[in-house]
Amino acid sequence: MTLIDLANPTKFLSLTARILPWLAGATAILLITGFYQAAMAPDDYQQGATVKIMFIHVPNAWLSMFVWGVMSLAALGTLVWRHPLADVAAKAAAPIGAAFTFLALVTGSLWGRPMWGTYWQWDARLTSVLILFLMYLGLIALWRAVDDPSRAARAAAILTLVGALNLPIIKFSVDWWNTLHQPASVLRMGGPTLDRAFLIPLLVMAVGFSLLFVTLHLAAMRNEILRRRVRSLQIMQASQQAA
Amino acid sequence: MSLGPYASFIVTSYSLVAAVVLILIVWIAIDYRRQKERLRELEASGVTRRSGRSAVDTR
Repeated sequence: MTLIDLANPTKFLSLTARILPWLAGATAILLITGFYQAAMAPDDYQQGATVKIMFIHVPNAWLSMFVWGVMSLAALGTLVWRHPLADVAAKAAAPIGAAFTFLALVTGSLWGRPMWGTYWQWDARLTSVLILFLMYLGLIALWRAVDDPSRAARAAAILTLVGALNLPIIKFSVDWWNTLHQPASVLRMGGPTLDRAFLIPLLVMAVGFSLLFVTLHLAAMRNEILRRRVRSLQIMQASQQAA
Repeated sequence: MSLGPYASFIVTSYSLVAAVVLILIVWIAIDYRRQKERLRELEASGVTRRSGRSAVDTR
């Protein structure tokens, strides 16, 4: 099967049916390993056991931006190449991205209360991630508000690309402004500053959560393709009844 | 394994992540069943795809 074959929803469904069980299995193994390593990781000399929240907060924070990046590529697919699965991919990713962003915000707050003394601070990093969350909700609302998927696709794609401007703001907010949120300690010039005892569980969790996203995304795309088949058949049924 | 004085924050964080991931999995699984059920009902009422292939078959 070539890459171009994936533009065909039927072939995409066939591929998804074959690889989803393997992806789900690999995700479960990686996440169980990651949770075990996180549980066994030593306490940090400053944060104590609270450092364990980082092993779930950081992957969710990375994925909150990564998913919007995926949706932005899909938006280009909709607007430039009119790929039949591009809007399906974007629409299916949005609720999953919103869930990851919600978890990044809440776990960050739960880490912030004991470490910073506050659940929330209107600093550039926290505020820009909150805006990302609100944009996810806005996009989901837009798709739900318009009945015809092809009409919603174009507006959603434009909104997604406009929202992508927020991604560099989130990433570099800790460098551009004086924030309570600490600067990057893994994805930075000069390499990670984390000790291996924390870095390895974090990376295992990050790969595990990324695979979780791929698995859920493919499953949600399959659902969306079926939903559009339902819609086409309902339209056919209505026109047959009218004739 | 001791979680120290902030154990409630750590346990709440992990529980919340587990709950949200579980909700996502269940929601996607239920949605899949619902769409397949709707397609089955439509096919049973005599509406078929132009290609003639079954809309329910995903393999």
